[in-house]
Amino acid sequence: MPTELQSRAQPSPSRTADGDSVVIENVSRTYGERSRIGRRGSAVQALAGVSLRAAHGGLLAVVGPSGCGKTTLLELICGLQAPDGGTIKAAPAVLMPQRDLLLPWLSALDNAALALRIAGLSRGDARRRAAALFADLGLEGFEQAHPSELSGGMRQRVAFLRTLLAGKPVLCLDEPFGALDAITRSEMQQWLAGTLAREPRTVILVTHDVEEAVLLADHVAVLSPRPGRVVARLEVEIERPRARTDAEVIALRERALLALGMDGR
Amino acid sequence: MRRRLGRVLPALALATALLGAWECYVDLAGVEADVLPAPHAVAAALWNSGDLLLRNFAVTAEEVVLGLALALAGGFLLAVAIHLSPLLRRAVYPLAVGSQAVPIPVIGVLLVFWWGFGLLPKLVVVALICFFPVVVTTVDGLAAVDPDQPKLLRTLDASRWQAFRLAELPAALPAALSGARIALAVGVIGAFIAETTTPTSGAYPGLGREIITDVNFQTPRAYAGAAVLFVFAIACFYALALAERMLAPWSTRLRGDPH
Repeated sequence: MPTELQSRAQPSPSRTADGDSVVIENVSRTYGERSRIGRRGSAVQALAGVSLRAAHGGLLAVVGPSGCGKTTLLELICGLQAPDGGTIKAAPAVLMPQRDLLLPWLSALDNAALALRIAGLSRGDARRRAAALFADLGLEGFEQAHPSELSGGMRQRVAFLRTLLAGKPVLCLDEPFGALDAITRSEMQQWLAGTLAREPRTVILVTHDVEEAVLLADHVAVLSPRPGRVVARLEVEIERPRARTDAEVIALRERALLALGMDGR
Repeated sequence: MRRRLGRVLPALALATALLGAWECYVDLAGVEADVLPAPHAVAAALWNSGDLLLRNFAVTAEEVVLGLALALAGGFLLAVAIHLSPLLRRAVYPLAVGSQAVPIPVIGVLLVFWWGFGLLPKLVVVALICFFPVVVTTVDGLAAVDPDQPKLLRTLDASRWQAFRLAELPAALPAALSGARIALAVGVIGAFIAETTTPTSGAYPGLGREIITDVNFQTPRAYAGAAVLFVFAIACFYALALAERMLAPWSTRLRGDPH
């Protein structure tokens, strides 16, 4: 409920001085019994003492099992929630939620241009700016299509363009390809890597797909099951473009899976 | 043209079959005309009293359309207020539910005392009967927005008003129009109740009052009046369906055309 959200007033996150776009130190978040997520009378701890950094222009992937507080982490970075303990310093961040949440009454173009309209641009200017990126993002010809007429991969592209056009230095992507089939997901991973090469941003990518994290990220943080805490940090120093069959990718994927408590076989 | 014909044909066929059965029943069972007039007698009454029925119908149609508009506007605003304020929701909702159980004759006299014998008290009666389905469906429609949607819009720096206008308001529109269709069904009866519970000063009292006057001694004319209301309700229903297709085309696109 929007009213519930509004009552939690947020301090506006500010850019950090030391070159990192996001600095999270020892952050904890517990949902009380009145929360949407917590059950009656019981408090659920989502995050316990998480510390993370995302370098300016880098891609930090956060992997972990379901319910480890990944979504909470993104909402904290975006200023949609406040932590119970610890500090968060983040440049202005925009959220791309798990579902695309495209508005069914708007065309693909108007959905992509949503942030520009909110910022007060005229309809014509907003559309022009969004349309200029449609071809780059492989969406040419679908400007006037409505979301119900687009495939899952197309919808995610439009949702990503909407996120990009918000003009914020930090993008928080919450399992952006989780709902796609394996072939489309693989295409979309390549597409995202290519798009970020052209439009560099600081990205926090939350995923449960270890391979996706290793293919796309500069750094990977592995979270434990609830309450989420960082159990491993991996540097991904592998040349791009990367393929899932690269020996280094496979080796790193195994290390991440080990950190998650699985042996990968 | 052929497609249109294909759409109305089933309803026409069923209506013809029902009228035929009715005609046969009255003729074969020998039912008196003041108990149940045969369709041909109703048609004759419709023809002979066309002018009287039409002038009364104009009064009733005005009550229904304006009363429904009043209910739509009031119900929609109330739903928005309830949606935006949990306090108001807790305060107003139970009273709105209770108001639906108050028999209109109890307050009809009061409304006439306030606003006289003109159109206004009748509009208010129709609106009182119609507003509730609009409120309920609109409140549900407003609340049915994905809970992540306001979060997304906030990170796009939307104000509360922008979030409401961009996400919740359009989402609630098809729901409100569904409410309007339900309201319409009770609205025609509402006009009937309004006419029979509040006295009028006009030259034509409306079709509802006319039917009540005719039902004992001019039974075929009473049935003719009911037939006019019957057709009117159908016309209004499809007018609302058309309005939905124009105002909220995405909703029929998602659901498929319900009509």
